[in-house]
This record gives sequence, structure tokens and C-alpha cells, in this order.
Amino acid sequence: MARSIMSEIKKDHIHKLLAKGRRVDGRAWDEFRPISIKTNFSETAEGSARVRVGNTDVLVGVKMTVGQPFEDTPNKGVLTTNAELIPLASPTFESGPPDENSVELARVCDRGIRESQMIDLEALCIEERKEVWILFTDIYVLDYDGNLFDAAFLGAMAALRSTIVPAKENGKGEDFPLPIRHSPISVTAVQIENSILVDPTLDEEKVAEARLTVTTDENGDLRAMQKGLQGALTLEQVGKIIETSQRLGNDLRKLIG
Amino acid sequence: MNKENASQTREIVLPGDLLDSGKLKAGPGTYVQDGRVYAAQLGIKNVKSNFVNVIPLGGRYIPAPGDSVIGKVIDIGPSNWLIDINSPYPAPLHVNEVPWRVDFGDTSRFMGVGDTLLAKILSVDETKRVQVTMKEQGLRKLQGGQIMEISYSKVPRVIGKSGSMIQLIKGMTNTRIFVGQNGRIWLDGEIENIMFAIRAIKIIEENAQTSRLTEKVREYLESVTKTEQAASG
Amino acid sequence: MGGNSNVKLIDDNGIRIDGRRVDELRPLKIEAGVLKRADGSAYVEFGKNKVLAAVYGPRECHPRHMQNPAKAIVQCKYNMIAFSVGDRKRPGPDRRSVEISKIISEALEYVVFTENYPRTSIDVYIEVLQANAGTRCAGLTAASVALADAGIPMKDLVPSVAVGKVNDQVVLDLQKEEDNFGQADLPIAMIPRTGEVLLMQMDGHLTIAEFERALELAKPALETIYKAQKDALTRKYAVENTEEEPEETSAPAQNLEG
Repeated sequence: MARSIMSEIKKDHIHKLLAKGRRVDGRAWDEFRPISIKTNFSETAEGSARVRVGNTDVLVGVKMTVGQPFEDTPNKGVLTTNAELIPLASPTFESGPPDENSVELARVCDRGIRESQMIDLEALCIEERKEVWILFTDIYVLDYDGNLFDAAFLGAMAALRSTIVPAKENGKGEDFPLPIRHSPISVTAVQIENSILVDPTLDEEKVAEARLTVTTDENGDLRAMQKGLQGALTLEQVGKIIETSQRLGNDLRKLIG
Repeated sequence: MNKENASQTREIVLPGDLLDSGKLKAGPGTYVQDGRVYAAQLGIKNVKSNFVNVIPLGGRYIPAPGDSVIGKVIDIGPSNWLIDINSPYPAPLHVNEVPWRVDFGDTSRFMGVGDTLLAKILSVDETKRVQVTMKEQGLRKLQGGQIMEISYSKVPRVIGKSGSMIQLIKGMTNTRIFVGQNGRIWLDGEIENIMFAIRAIKIIEENAQTSRLTEKVREYLESVTKTEQAASG
Repeated sequence: MGGNSNVKLIDDNGIRIDGRRVDELRPLKIEAGVLKRADGSAYVEFGKNKVLAAVYGPRECHPRHMQNPAKAIVQCKYNMIAFSVGDRKRPGPDRRSVEISKIISEALEYVVFTENYPRTSIDVYIEVLQANAGTRCAGLTAASVALADAGIPMKDLVPSVAVGKVNDQVVLDLQKEEDNFGQADLPIAMIPRTGEVLLMQMDGHLTIAEFERALELAKPALETIYKAQKDALTRKYAVENTEEEPEETSAPAQNLEG
């Protein structure tokens, strides 16, 4: 209870600053917090990355095994994305099976990976109808200070791009890098009293009326979108956020290399 | 541990460190085993009179009667409010302990969930059940301004010797600042000045153990405030 | 425990497959205070183990019915993340994690001064990010540092290490292959100063003499780990000389100024 109630004074302070076009940490409305991306954190994963966006800290790992394809896609590898809001990351996260927030996070990241077709799934076919590569992306939030969508997606991108398919140990030939064709990037913004703020901190998220995550590819095309929270966005605001996501997406893309 | 000059260095101790094996008596933050006094907490070793104690460097605020605290309403009942005082123990505030006349069931009209208030710890029993009051002079609901939280163990540093540090910040930023014993701080003034004061307090929190802290804070404030401060104090 | 003496894990010169001698610990690195939201935290790298521990509390006890009116309860949850092991582990607690959580909670309850915080819970979370045998030992070692970092009063820090038997020899700090193909595994946690054992498990086959030998190997190792725990905390809270001593007693009511 006490863990998630925000004081009215803090809320008012955010609004007062916004009225002057400012944010609590001094950032511009379309500025990201400092981002750090470190790949190859894990020796047991086929690919991994640890991403920090401000104080938000996310660890992502990719594991691959050989398995059966789905019946309707007999010549394609299988993708699964899972996210965990583990209790060590925040006093508000509880132990137990993934709650609706974990599930939403996982599914939005999954959409960005899947709909962008960034991974050449046909290249992950070993023997049609019999054997394909199964790819698991597991996202763990370690420290929560807002904007899990972007931190998690950046982590997933970095982890996937550094993934080496473990063909050798599975008796399927030589290891090879996971074939990546596109670089989708997600950018999340919130609407607070009709101001748009990119990369919200936890406090900004608590005060936000609506949230929109937009995932674009290197051509600026849309690959995934998710509107969240219980408020509304005008079409104009949606347009502004999309345009900002394209612009900032290009900058973020350079961080992944 | 830094022991270049034993009389000047403040010694960090860890749980299990031997503090004294003879003459000193055990104060807060320590425990006794086989006639010896050991540190029970991460903190600074301190000897006063013939007691040895440990000043904690972290941990949760544990309320003590008489403490002034800044609380947040987290729940309301018909004849009381439940106040979060940034401690493992929330504190009920009864309608008899507020400066207003509140009819049964009318509590939400005076303070709602999310409201901030200045209160005092009335009592703490053996099971650590806490009672707070707003009935003293100066205690009230707070509005406007901004709230920040620091570790309660840094409160003495933020206040400074005889209040010198907090007066420095208040004077140079022209803000009103209330520092609760529980590590919550309320600031009010012009928005720019509030931001400077917050930053100054963060500097103290991050550098609480270093030397020349007052100068660091003063330098920062001088560099950001444009108003001339009166050479008071 | 494979118990398979056929797999040669120690050569004729007494050198193990990772180059260590029988009484050598793997490289150990400990950092305190690595997370922002948690009240206390620690990160441990012990050989190829990577373990993160965080503490929240003392805080209101959930679930309510577990509250103890006389003291705090220590609830530890140990978990291995999906990609911490070679074959991906399905997320969620398994019986092994439940057991390990229990024994670590019990070890920590002994050292924490729980009577100071009636009716609360001290929640400890251990996440194994990468595993290579001895994760419960690394976890308890990290949890201990995280508790101190959180300012929780305790008797002492608790180091933990596993000793085992491989190719009929007692060896210190098993790594993964040794654990898989070895003949005994004995994780132990002990307060060096008092010799109190707070955690101990054993599986496999040890004669009494071998057990005594295992303890002989464990003791200096635990001292080394204990020093590393202290060092991590001291580094984090390093103090410089300061001439400005504020009054250390809790400041009087008038600091609430206006």
C-alpha cells in the first residue's frame, strides 16, 4: 500500500515544472536518460546484454535449443519471449508467476522482434517439418525506475545481435551468428496534462495519463505499437510520438551498432 | 579501514567487528558476547562518556517519541488516518490528535490519501506500535513545494552543527525547508530555488563522509544562485 | 553427484581441471550496494557464478498471517534465472529453489537481530544470473553483504563455501564438472569468529576422516570469503578524514524550522 502511493506534493511539483516545459531531472521532453549497453554478460546464454537507462537496469539473455517447428510454419524457427519483474527490482514487484505487467512487457517486446522479421526464421530451419531452432529471449528487470519497455527492448536487440547459434554442441554443424536483418528500436513516451515526455522515470509514469510505445525499423516504418494506462491520447499526440520515435530511434540504433 | 590518524579518522565498523574488550559499556548499535562489545550494524564507531556505540550509515528509520516527522497519508478510516512515516511501521493518526474538529466519518474532508503532513511521534510501545500527533504548535498539513527522501542517518549531516548546514542552504536559495527525522524533507519557494536546494541536499547525501562538505555545498550554491546572499550568519 | 571415479578430475600432480590445487578457492569478487531501489544489495562473482542479492526491509509483513508479534521474520527467495544454466531453465520456483530458500532463510534468521523489528518482514532475494556450482554458497555470501548494506543489525557477516570429494580426494570449492562427477558435496556456512555453523548440507559419501578434512579446508576459505565481504562494504562506505563532526545524537525538534 504505502509502497505505491505517490504524495500529492510530488505530483503537483511535476505538473508545475511541466507548465514551464521542464522535468524533475532537468531533461528535455524528448531526451533519454544516460544509456549503457553491455553485451556478453553471460557465458551460459547464447547471447546476452545488460542495459541501463538512467536507474532502470535490465538483463536479457537468449538461449537456443533444437526442437520441433509449429505445424503451420514447418520451415521456420520458433521465437518465445518472456519477461520477469523480479521482486528485487522494486518494492512493488511481488514473487510469483508473471503478472499482467510482465506479460504485457514480454508480448510488446516479442511483437517488436517478430513483426519486424528481424530474425531470418527460415535460416533457423534445420530439417523441414522435423527440426528447427527454438529461440528463447528472457528479460529480467533488476532495478525499476520507469520505462521498462525501451530498456527491455534495447536489451533484447543487443542480446540478439550478439547471439551465436550453438550448432556445434547440438551436432548441427558449425556455430554461426544469429542472422539479423533489421534493427527495430522502441521509444516510449507518456502524456501528462497534454505534455509529451519521452523515456519517463518511475515518478513520471505514476503521474502519466497515457503511455505509447512505438517500435520503428531503420526505414522509419512502424513495426509495433502499444498504448498503455487508463487515459487517452489525441491523434495529434500519437502523430507526435510516432515522429519522435522515428527520430530518436535512429539515434538509439547507433548504440546497438 | 583508514587508520592514518586514529584521532581524526572516523572508523567504519561492520557487524561482528570487535569494538571493545574491557571497560566500555554497550550503547546502541552494538551487542555483547562473552564480555566483549561487538558492532551490530554497519556504521561509524563512536565513544561517548564510557559507552561505545555505532552510528548507523543506513537502514530504516525507527520512530522514537518526540521525533518530528513528515508523513504521508496512505489510508483513511472513519476516525483516523494511516500515516506512512518512511519506517517499517505505519502510524495511525487519531481524530483526537489533530488541530481540527473532525466528526466521525468526516476524516477525508480534512486529509486525503497522498496528503503530506508535519507530525510528531507521540508514543512507541514494545511491539513498535507507533502513535503520531499533529496537535503541537507548528504541526500541519503541507501543501505546495516538493518532497524528497534521504536516508534518515544523513539527517544530522543535512542539518549540520547547530543547524548551520540547513541554514546555509535555506539562506542561499531563499527556500523554506523542513527536515523530518525520518529522512523526508519538504522544501518550498520558487521552483528554480527548490531545485537548487534539492541538489545541494543530494550533494550532502552523496558525500556525507567526506571533508570540506560545507565548502562543496557553498561552492555549488554560489555557482547556481544569482541572487546576492546577505552576509548573514 | 555422479560419483563416477572414472572421470579424471585431478591429475597426478594434484592439479584440478581448472588449474587449481585441492585447497584453492575460485576467484572471488564482491560489490556492495549495486541496486538503487533495494534497501540493500550485493553482487558476487565466485568463479563463473554470478549472483545478485537484494534486501527489502524491515517492512510490513506480507502475508499478514505470517507476522510474528515478537520479532521480524526473514523470508529469503532463491531463484535461478532461465539462462543461468546451459540448458535453459523454465522460469518459476522448483523444489530445489524452495529448499535452498528455506535453508538460507534459516541461516540468516540466526544472525539478524530480529527482536528489534516485531511484526515486520525482512525480504531477501537471491537471483543466480549465471551458475557454476556452489550457487547457494555464493547466494548466502551475497545476501549477508546485502543485509549489512541495508543497515540491518546482525551478529556478523556469514561466509559460505562448498567442499567436496573428487577422485577420492577432498577438495575445496567444487566447480560444475566436479559437482557433476564428484563423490560428495558439502556446502557450509559458518561465522569464522565463533565457529557457529548456520548452514550445512551434505550429499554423497564421506568418511568421518574425510569430513574432518573437509572442515580443515573450509575454515581458511571461509576466512578469505569473510574478508572479501568486509572489504566490499568498507570500500563502498569508505571514509575520509573529516573535521566537521555534527552532533551524532538525533537532532532536537527545532530542526523542523519554517
